Amino acid sequence: MPDAPLLSIRGLNAWYGESHILHGVEFEVPRGEVVTLLGRNGAGKTTTLKSIMGMVARRKGSVRFEGAETIALTSSRIARLGVAFCPEERGIFASLNVQENLLLPPAVRAGGLTVEQVFELFPNLKERLASQGTKLSGGEQQMLAIGRILRTGARLLLLDEPTEGLAPVIVQQIGRTISRLKAEGFTILLVEQNFRFASRVADRHYVMEGGRMVDMIPNSELESKLDKVHEYLGV
Amino acid sequence: MEIFGIPTQALFGQLLIGLINGSFYALLSLGLAVIFGLLNIINFTHGAQYMMGAFCAYFLLTKLGIGYWWALAIAPLAVGTIGMVIERLMLARLYKLDHLYGLLLTFGLALIIQGLFRNEYGTSGIPYALPQELSGGRNLGFMFLPNYRAWVILASIVVCLATWFVIEKTRLGAYLRAATENPQLVQAFGINVPRMITLTYGFGVALAAFAGVMAAPIYQVNPLMGADLIIVVFAVVVIGGMGSIMGSIVTGFALGLIEGLTKVFYPEASNTVIFIIMAIVLMIKPAGLFGTQR
Repeated sequence: MPDAPLLSIRGLNAWYGESHILHGVEFEVPRGEVVTLLGRNGAGKTTTLKSIMGMVARRKGSVRFEGAETIALTSSRIARLGVAFCPEERGIFASLNVQENLLLPPAVRAGGLTVEQVFELFPNLKERLASQGTKLSGGEQQMLAIGRILRTGARLLLLDEPTEGLAPVIVQQIGRTISRLKAEGFTILLVEQNFRFASRVADRHYVMEGGRMVDMIPNSELESKLDKVHEYLGV
Repeated sequence: MEIFGIPTQALFGQLLIGLINGSFYALLSLGLAVIFGLLNIINFTHGAQYMMGAFCAYFLLTKLGIGYWWALAIAPLAVGTIGMVIERLMLARLYKLDHLYGLLLTFGLALIIQGLFRNEYGTSGIPYALPQELSGGRNLGFMFLPNYRAWVILASIVVCLATWFVIEKTRLGAYLRAATENPQLVQAFGINVPRMITLTYGFGVALAAFAGVMAAPIYQVNPLMGADLIIVVFAVVVIGGMGSIMGSIVTGFALGLIEGLTKVFYPEASNTVIFIIMAIVLMIKPAGLFGTQR
């Protein structure tokens, strides 16, 4: 099935303790596309990413990656299939220097970027290899958080709000990076509040509300549906 | 010859005893620090596991005729494996609960283990012969240095520094440090964190057993040898700061020396000096000299 989506999600439910966060989420991420999850705070976007990654303990439904069911796997097994996650808080380790942070995620497949290629994308990192990870600026930490998962050979990248709180010039650099990664064949699922940014990089947008998927908007139709998007996002 | 009115023989003799004690403090508090760092559990069974290391050496010798040098390798492996079973069967169920539960479980285990050994072997201590290669000693001019004691200090320093190096300077250590900070994320990078936790506990316990084998020829093999030592070691850990690797090593040796010096200059305080230092450190730096608040 060459045209089967890389990631296919059916009836996904997820809970944090007693609170039921996702209620039957369904969507697909075709191979080679950049897809965004839009929605207000608390709509369940981050929980969706974490459920795909296997980081939410209680989840039900179906998450298929390259046709293989992953709903019952641990996050380390899912990572080994070729899925990588970049958390919203970036997850840079304070007790590791920049180089150790960069080399931390083990390669799970052939075909990842080399360290040199990561430095090409993010030249700032090369200057700061010996610094403590959390001594970097917010933008540099984001670059480090993205750069380290590019090395692993993962083909599906889950990026949780990579532009949050960053200066416009850094946001542009992240945007160029995402376009370039797409050109190199990465598939990217992006959670984004900044839908202007999303509209520049993505192929399609899924809109979430209250733990459900309520709409799908191809990027080509985004301009014509701006009013609707504003309503969804409450802007 | 005298220094501050103290004969040098007595002074250096006490310093040597201090260094020996410090070697054991360092090895044991290092194991506790490694375990606490990743598991967030204060391993009160540590003293019992140290004692099990010594008994393992004794069993190997009396039942199988296996001597000291092999015991130095086999006992840590055996006791470390028992530790890993305990981690899988019991400790692993407690990680989501408060610290107190881990403390209660490991404390209870220590009492049970010590009780069983005491029931069988009493408390008078069983001698364990020095390895032949290390009997005797040498005269350094200012003092007499028994070979075995020199070996204990040297081996302890080497093991401590090697552990520090692995944790602070290698890829494996980077996994360990990262998992200490954010195990969920490390797991999501494809690393089997539960297995790493089991192995880490096994390693910390193995360090205790290693110390136990080294202690057997000096202190004899005794069911209560760990119970006596572990209280001081916990004070050392508190002074150094929970979870700090270099902190536990440096503090272990330093407090051994301070204890030795106290025996020379004010022997009445030698049993309490570590606890006095602990009280002062807790007042000034509650997280310990090398620790960070968490």
